Amino acid sequence: MTIGFIFFCYLALLICIIGVSRKIVQYWQTPAPLKIPIAPAPLTRTGVFMRMAAEVFLFKSLFRASKWTWFFGWIFHWALVLLFIRHLGYFWPGDTPEVLLKTESFKYASFPLIIGLMGLLGRRIFVDRVRYISAPSDYLMLILLIAIGASGMLMTFALYYPDMGLVYSFAEGLVTLNWSELPSEWIFLAHIFLAFTLIAIFPISKLLHAPGIFFSPTLNQVDNARKKRHISSWAMQKETDKEIFIEQNSEKDE
Amino acid sequence: MAELEIDKLPTYLEIPAIQKDSMAGDGPFKASAEIQEQLGFPGEKVENWQQIAIEKMAETTSKYRSVQVFLDACVKCGACTDKCHYYLGTADPKNMPVARQDLFRSVYRRHFTFAGKYFPKLVGAKELDDAMLDDWYNYFHQCSQCRRCAVFCPYGIDTAEISMAAREVMNVIGVGQKYSNQILGRINKIGNNLGMPEPALRDTLLDLEEEIEKETGVAVKLPLDNKHAEILMVTPSADFFAEPHIDGLIGYAKVFHQSGVTWTMSSYASEAANFGMFIGSYEVMRKGALRIRKAALDLGVSRIVVGECGHAWRVAYSFWNTLSGIGGGASDEYALKLQKQLDSNYPQPQHIIEFTYDLIQKGILTFDKTKNDHRKVTFHDSCNVARGSNMGDIENGQFILPREVIKAACNHFVDMPKATIKASTYCCGGGGGLLTDDLIELRIKGAMPRMQALKQSQENDGVNTLAAICAICKSQFSKVLPNYDFDPYMIVSVHQLVSDALVLSDKSETKAEDSL
Repeated sequence: MTIGFIFFCYLALLICIIGVSRKIVQYWQTPAPLKIPIAPAPLTRTGVFMRMAAEVFLFKSLFRASKWTWFFGWIFHWALVLLFIRHLGYFWPGDTPEVLLKTESFKYASFPLIIGLMGLLGRRIFVDRVRYISAPSDYLMLILLIAIGASGMLMTFALYYPDMGLVYSFAEGLVTLNWSELPSEWIFLAHIFLAFTLIAIFPISKLLHAPGIFFSPTLNQVDNARKKRHISSWAMQKETDKEIFIEQNSEKDE
Repeated sequence: MAELEIDKLPTYLEIPAIQKDSMAGDGPFKASAEIQEQLGFPGEKVENWQQIAIEKMAETTSKYRSVQVFLDACVKCGACTDKCHYYLGTADPKNMPVARQDLFRSVYRRHFTFAGKYFPKLVGAKELDDAMLDDWYNYFHQCSQCRRCAVFCPYGIDTAEISMAAREVMNVIGVGQKYSNQILGRINKIGNNLGMPEPALRDTLLDLEEEIEKETGVAVKLPLDNKHAEILMVTPSADFFAEPHIDGLIGYAKVFHQSGVTWTMSSYASEAANFGMFIGSYEVMRKGALRIRKAALDLGVSRIVVGECGHAWRVAYSFWNTLSGIGGGASDEYALKLQKQLDSNYPQPQHIIEFTYDLIQKGILTFDKTKNDHRKVTFHDSCNVARGSNMGDIENGQFILPREVIKAACNHFVDMPKATIKASTYCCGGGGGLLTDDLIELRIKGAMPRMQALKQSQENDGVNTLAAICAICKSQFSKVLPNYDFDPYMIVSVHQLVSDALVLSDKSETKAEDSL
């Protein structure tokens, strides 16, 4: 059981790291042949940086689009960040650093996490337009996240406390390759299993929006086409090969 | 065509409940074999079309980062679902930007992703079968590529990029749209969308000169193929014949006249529009841009100015430098020659609004604003100018400059409701290759959000004039305004307002003596 579980965890991580790296390399290598920044388009690199920061940290465009989706989505993502930081302590090899010990209160982020996810699920079910565009995987993704959050909350706030000593040594063992016995509580097993399932499906699901946003040409391009020539490798090749060509040198006098 | 049932404009714009298949149909007329072959596409749907289409999708995703990232990144959050004017006007769920993209994305998932290959039902992956192709043809020709959805998408996913990609795939398998492709054939052959040959163009311009002189007593010229003029003016060919466009052309001529700069148009490149963008073809688009470079070289001009045309300005501003090196940085022989020839003190290319605005700033133009006092003017931000370009190289210049030009010529200007202008502007309903009578129902319904905003401004502020800087917007509004009980003549070119208020001085000396 323990061996199987540990194997699954590593496999999930491997799939995630290799898969996401491959996608990032793919995005990196795919040229953007034309300048297509979307208004309000920044005219400088600093402007692009500010725009990207506003999108990544504040979900600015989503705020303009739909206040409810923004509210639920934003609190969910920030709660996820806080909970992620809090979980680092479990995996930290050796003595947990001082700052991570101070993140105890981050456990309350699980409440906005669940509220956000329930809100997003509610929209998917009750708004006819969002229901129309939802595939089964869109619901499952939310349900998966809710299950991870709920199982964590049960262990933190309800009475399903696992043996914390075992939890620490198991998590640390994964990092230090010094594997130890799994805690046996089913709720803990479910929590870990679902969390690593989420990690595994990262590169083959819509979770690719996380790396994707940084490569989005409408958001990351500087609006300076007139001043600076922007050309892709394949278009340059076509140009040198004169693949599309109009005779430019007509010396005829009129 | 039977009379269409057009609902009365609502007081407030409401998001409609979805009505499945309300715009189902065969889509616009398909291009004939002759039209298709002119552009190098197969004349008829090829036998192994599915295979060719999938191969083309693979090529597109490997050549366009936008398409690749956009297909992967969508989380179906629904932010875009109520942003498309075609959805708001038709309630067909496939006109929601994400659902429109999903027609393409579901096929991408089926053929190019792990989840779609092995769990198609789970992730909504679908085969590219006849029914799907029909949906592609129908609904990718219900997108005006106005990019309003992209403004609201948290990842900047731009449905225009997907609809361009889909249209290109369809062209490659021999399923093309008649309207766009026929026009592209004409421009490649004759030099403009109308297929108007040089003698006809020359006559038109002479007639206009006579008309202006009769009306104003001033000999304002509209030169054609004038070698060594300083400025090459490239304008949409609609400016040569259509109403209200032609009054805008007269406006440009008057501004040039007052500026004292010599200018010319080209009979070889008598078209600013570049429908290559609408069909997503880099090659076709480049061909159009090269024509203009050639004209600039042949005429020996030092500046290039572009007339009032929305997508043309996006192509000129954002793409020309890439496509043909008009601007700076390209290194082929002719681009280098052009760089030497063009005056780097000015942005190249420059929009006529930028040109006029500069003259206003320098105090070179004098206006009698009272000439426009019967007008309460509002400005329709054309989608491609608003969301795909800039003017004046200042942030949001594309919103500021046209308004400043209008205000210089008119005493009464007021904006439409904030959610419907600038970056959030509603499309006129006729852009992106949809300005054809076989799509009239879509055009009328798609104009509804803009019409609703206009009605609000009419009721609250007494607006009676709608100014625009796009040939397609102007044609579209002339056609659809009456359907919503507006005066079809309320749509004008910004340069018509300029034209009406501009005080002309007679620059020709002989004329000056005559009048003494």
